[in-house]
Amino acid sequence: MLNIDCPYCGPRAESEYRCGGESLIQRPALDCSDAEWADYLYTRNNPKGVHIERWHHVHGCGMWFNAARSTVTHQIFATWGMTDPVPELPE
Amino acid sequence: MSGYRLAEGGRIDRSRTVRFRWGGQPYEGHPGDTLASALLANGVSIVGRSFKYHRPRGLLGAGLEEPNALLQLGDGATTVPNRKATEVELFDGLSASAVNAWPSPELDLMAVNGLVKRFIPAAFYYKTFTWPHWRWFEPAIRKAAGLGRAPEAADPDRYDQRHAHEDLLVVGGGLAGLAAALEAARAGRQVLLVEGDALLGGAIFGRQSADDRAEAERLAAALSALPNVTLKTRTLAVGYHDHNLLSLVERLTDHLPEDRRRGPRQRLWKVRAGEVVLATGAIERPLVFDGNDLPGVMLASAAGLYLERHAVAPGRRVVLACNNDRAWGAALALAEAGVRVEAILEARAEVEPALLAAARGAGIVVETGTTVLQALGRRGVTGVRTTRLDAQGHATGEGRRLPCDCLLMSGGFSPVVHLHSQAGGSLGWDEGLQAFVPGAQPQACRSVGAAAGDLDLSIRPLWHVARAGADPSPSAWVDFQNDVTAGDVALAHREAFRSVEHLKRYTTLGMASDQGKTSNVNGLAIMGTLLGKAPADVGTTRFRPPYDPSTMGAYAGLRRGDLLRPAAGLPAHAAHEALGAVFEEYGHWLRPAFYPRAGEGEARAVAREAAAVRASAGLFDASPLGKIAVKGPDAATFLDRIYVGTISTLKPGRCRYGLMLNEHGILFDDGVVARIAEDHFLVGTTSGHAAAVQAAFQEWLQCEWTGLAVASENVTQGWAVMNVAGPHARTILQSLETDIDLSADAFPHLAHREGTLEGVHCRIQRVSFTGELSFEVAVPTRYGLALHARLMEAGAPFGITPFGVEALMILRTEKGFLHLGSDTDGMTLPQDIGFGGPVTTKKVDFVGRRSCLRPDGQRADRRQFVGLESLDGRLLPVGAHVLRPGEAAPGRSQGWVTSSVNSPNLGRPHALAMIEAGQSRLGEEICVWDLGTSHRARIVDPCAFDPEGVRMHG
Repeated sequence: MLNIDCPYCGPRAESEYRCGGESLIQRPALDCSDAEWADYLYTRNNPKGVHIERWHHVHGCGMWFNAARSTVTHQIFATWGMTDPVPELPE
Repeated sequence: MSGYRLAEGGRIDRSRTVRFRWGGQPYEGHPGDTLASALLANGVSIVGRSFKYHRPRGLLGAGLEEPNALLQLGDGATTVPNRKATEVELFDGLSASAVNAWPSPELDLMAVNGLVKRFIPAAFYYKTFTWPHWRWFEPAIRKAAGLGRAPEAADPDRYDQRHAHEDLLVVGGGLAGLAAALEAARAGRQVLLVEGDALLGGAIFGRQSADDRAEAERLAAALSALPNVTLKTRTLAVGYHDHNLLSLVERLTDHLPEDRRRGPRQRLWKVRAGEVVLATGAIERPLVFDGNDLPGVMLASAAGLYLERHAVAPGRRVVLACNNDRAWGAALALAEAGVRVEAILEARAEVEPALLAAARGAGIVVETGTTVLQALGRRGVTGVRTTRLDAQGHATGEGRRLPCDCLLMSGGFSPVVHLHSQAGGSLGWDEGLQAFVPGAQPQACRSVGAAAGDLDLSIRPLWHVARAGADPSPSAWVDFQNDVTAGDVALAHREAFRSVEHLKRYTTLGMASDQGKTSNVNGLAIMGTLLGKAPADVGTTRFRPPYDPSTMGAYAGLRRGDLLRPAAGLPAHAAHEALGAVFEEYGHWLRPAFYPRAGEGEARAVAREAAAVRASAGLFDASPLGKIAVKGPDAATFLDRIYVGTISTLKPGRCRYGLMLNEHGILFDDGVVARIAEDHFLVGTTSGHAAAVQAAFQEWLQCEWTGLAVASENVTQGWAVMNVAGPHARTILQSLETDIDLSADAFPHLAHREGTLEGVHCRIQRVSFTGELSFEVAVPTRYGLALHARLMEAGAPFGITPFGVEALMILRTEKGFLHLGSDTDGMTLPQDIGFGGPVTTKKVDFVGRRSCLRPDGQRADRRQFVGLESLDGRLLPVGAHVLRPGEAAPGRSQGWVTSSVNSPNLGRPHALAMIEAGQSRLGEEICVWDLGTSHRARIVDPCAFDPEGVRMHG
């Protein structure tokens, strides 16, 4: 079970959170093409390495935030607020 | 084997006697005994039967590595299968029997399997029972093979769960663990040390020297005196998870007589540690030779432990066969305790002079460069045949025959790397130790002591005793618990199952409940010799939790029975109970389904309730309807982006029905939204869905539209809501004291009002899911019971009828009102239910809109929401498929029936359905097919009752 550092509450057990999948996805405007919309809905990164994802502290403060996690080791390099700039991350 | 208790020594309390039963027979032991040591002390040599061939088996080990002595502990609801005799502390009244023997391990009729053993090698079942199908044979084979019986009654014990956060967690209370704990504790760190055994001190080579014991006691005393240290015995670390979380199982009452057990039986600890020290020791490996599974053949370390801790000798004439210097200690200690040790057969050519001198001094014959070719005997070892080993380690010639009743063996030591491996650590092969040792570790964790390979061992590798060029023997056991022999490993090699993962699955090597603690390294090393590879290049399978089998109850904890998923009760639950309601769980709410009168079945009660609402008035508890408060200057903008319809044009004091989609365009929720003030909305959701809608709101607000000034809160449980519906609803409500003008002109349909009712703050909405004149009256939750009582009282002159969810379903089906999740599914778009307008015309984007515009959403033959009239007067079954008239199954399904009722108000059945292009096919006759029966039906408008809505708007 991961130990996730909520930017608002500090480190808490994974069981307090819900993972919302990949983050920083741009939502296209209504007049986008079908292909662009399908890409937004369905295409996700699946890296072996650093994955930027969003988490919801659902059994805590209720806030969403971003996390950069290694999909290999589960190491979490950083967590930051949804509107904060992306911190420097390893490759 | 003829084990016996020595006259002195051991860490047992000889002043007290503990009485227990084994296989129904009474025996005695002492406090400090395990069941295994007590059986050995009583001369019980056969403690179980092997899994597949039902061979007689004795104790091999003395700890968690024991593969043979599996037993059924206790009986009835608290019986536990497959406990190891070596881990069960003896208590008064203990009752146990062997798991895999019938009627007893001494006389096991299943042993007939052993006679045909050479016909059922590894993978025999896969190859043989394939025609006509494995499932024909499986039950009989499983019955003959199985291990133990699961209790059939519910577990009456309680299990607790706790979390802990520590600077340092030390796993293992041997010398290395104690020392690591003390060092950290003296540096001021918060330390938890756990030991699976009842005693601290460990027993790396099966026994402790007096010096080691004194040192362990000194360390334990020093730790006990420190306030920042917690020591826990009987607490086994079974799992090492991500981010240094470990799961521990603490046995609280298992070691006590049943009448002294209080409180939870076990406690599951979830410990998050800054750092973890693994001091888990090492496990001795058997030697692999013919007959090595006979009762009386035992690991040398186990004999050492039984001697040192329990003062039990494993036999009267002992022979030791080993390939390392550490195993000698057990033989020397036995000799010192007065046990006759016949010989030490040492595979190494050279032996340390000090050991030689000690053995000779004790009168033990030492033969170097020699090992056991075969253990002799049928129901127990009666002797060994020795053999010389050549320089390559092959058996050469047949040596002499040595009589004995106990053969100790040692093939080296394997550090317990399970937790290190579970944590993601790699393993490396240590040539000097002939064992896998911990390598790199990604987590904050280190291994110490024997677990780290810190063993100082002189060893000669000897993986399998066989002549040069001979195949590994099918009579030499590798995995004792799963009955896998060296011959099975050779078979896997011949049939090309050579990777260690294939070897494991083909032969079941290491797949037993001991996870191969004594067998894995021997098995893969034998495969290595067949492949001409070093064990390091064969590799290991991955270790997985739990390290040792643990009780399911510990993982469930208190989350069982009523506490597994507690149902939410209504504020007026007591009132419904008093009215004789039959309750059902809808979502997580426990709600009245219907209120049967004496002698009334469900169908009659529901029909009566549904008729009464239309005839006079009904009272429905609508408290579970979701209520989400949405406030802020941008609240209207936000809701315009959420709902299919436009919300910003709603006037304060008014309500509107709305649909929400997910981003895929699929219907997500529906309900009535009320505008309380310019910047304050109350969003109604379906029952049981309020939390999901609130979560969606927050995700959009926090992750996408971060600039909107909007707050939302789920206030569902703050309000009790009573729905008064029917022609007399207004009259009844008007008889209560209120400052709200309820007249038709002042309070039209889809209006929202706030005020007081009987002196209590209330919100009233004129909304209707029944099609009748209908008011939803909301008061703070604590007044729910009182409101219900007042409405029943006020409605009494009109025969107000409480109605449940089932009657509501009839009423809304008569009206053709959609029920989300019943009439819609994971493919339904708004245009499929007649709400497609805003998809093309709305001024702003909303969630899911773009998805509705994809080509698939525009297909003319999409399934659409319609009504169905039954033409032969029968109820149309829900889920029945729609075919063209006259078409017989299997035809192509054009849709299906989604809701169907016998309507008491129409006097006939009425159904709702999703049918391809249904809206353009009104009046068409179709066939409804269900499980071989056809029904004739006509596609009609969903609404079959009061289509003009006169009653609702009245």
